[in-house]
Amino acid sequence: MSGSASWSFSEEDSVAMTALLQKFLFESNARCALLVDRSGQLVATVGEQPNFDPTAFATLTAADFSANDQLARLIGETDFSSLFHQGEKESMYLADVARRVILVALFDNRTTLGLVRLKLKDTVADLTKLFHEVFSRGGPGKPQQAGLLAGADDEIDKLFG
Amino acid sequence: MSMINYASREINCKIVYYGSGLGGKTTNLEHVYGKTKPDTRGKLISLATETERTLFFDFLPVDLGTIRGFKTRFHLYTVPGQVYYNASRKLILKGVDGIVFVADSQIERMEANQEAMQNLYDNMAEYGYDLTKMPFVIQYNKRDLPNAAPLADLQASLNPGWEVTDAAKQRVAPDPYHAGENLVSQLPTGEWVERAQYFEAVAVTGDGVFETLRAVSKLVLKTLS
Ligand SMILES: Nc1nc2c(ncn2[C@@H]2O[C@H](COP(=O)(O)OP(=O)(O)OP(=O)(O)O)[C@@H](O)[C@H]2O)c(=O)[nH]1
Ligand SMILES: [Mg+2]
Repeated sequence: MSGSASWSFSEEDSVAMTALLQKFLFESNARCALLVDRSGQLVATVGEQPNFDPTAFATLTAADFSANDQLARLIGETDFSSLFHQGEKESMYLADVARRVILVALFDNRTTLGLVRLKLKDTVADLTKLFHEVFSRGGPGKPQQAGLLAGADDEIDKLFG
Repeated sequence: MSMINYASREINCKIVYYGSGLGGKTTNLEHVYGKTKPDTRGKLISLATETERTLFFDFLPVDLGTIRGFKTRFHLYTVPGQVYYNASRKLILKGVDGIVFVADSQIERMEANQEAMQNLYDNMAEYGYDLTKMPFVIQYNKRDLPNAAPLADLQASLNPGWEVTDAAKQRVAPDPYHAGENLVSQLPTGEWVERAQYFEAVAVTGDGVFETLRAVSKLVLKTLS
């Protein structure tokens, strides 16, 4: 492989992700759910609009998760499939989806860790199915992706001089 | 790993600034941050030590324009250059789309540059990425210093070229940024070699910073065309 493969998702994928996350929020009473890809890019946000910078949040989430993956390896685990950070008022629960994406749930004392964890499990299973589909067609050279910028060389040249 | 979001019409790409400690990677991002309009860039996040050495990474998202109705959003990262931070350095390379190698031009740093370059090859190889087949540019920074090595020495040491075996690529390709120089050329021995694009810079004043960023971004977008 020359570099890392790219991936893409469509309007319909986005609608499907949002629906799964909304169902999760409804059932768990968590405040907000975010999907972040392992390289640190924000894929989706659902629920109460967070009052922090979501891009920065996504980057730190991915870094947090990969640092913890390495810690897991050091102690002889292959990975930690989920992480929990507890605050006085706000807490967050992070879970791996299909080894490519991280689901983050932000919640406060209107719910409990137990309920969030329980509902998250089903959501992770549903999202895993969805992302397997997305990734199986999203590789480089696959129809949707190939040619997004095909023939745009002139435009690229113009943009960057 | 570039991510294309058809719902929000965005192309997201990841660019990593790599190189030996104190070479000027963080300074590059600080300059980009300072010189871009607030509505086209996000926050600059720095996970650094008390003494401002990068501990995990710096991060800056910038929008570089719109192509075919898609916003091109670049996520710029720096790695910690200090040798003993290799574990975190490697993590940052995950999913990278383009690399800028920031070399410290000072003669005293020649060996450190070479070690960092070797470390980059090794870490990339561990992910199965081939540096010679992806967007990769070299920045010779700190050209302002009196002890800066001559460009030719730096090129010979850090950018000697890799062999081009693909017959289709075995023809002279001029360097668009340096008149009279070639990126792909044939050696007297008959063998074809390709060099990475290179730029001279003084990151503290901003000289060469945007040239470098534009060049690597362009290479990244061309991989999608
Ligand atoms: N003279 C001169 N100094 C520079 C230049 N670029 C950076 N510096 C200085 O070099 C020092 C280190 O710069 P940084 O940007 O922090 O280096 P770094 O590569 O991020 O270092 P690590 O985080 O340890 O890997 C700072 O004091 C900068 O001001 C340059 O072009 N010329
Ligand atoms: Mg730094």
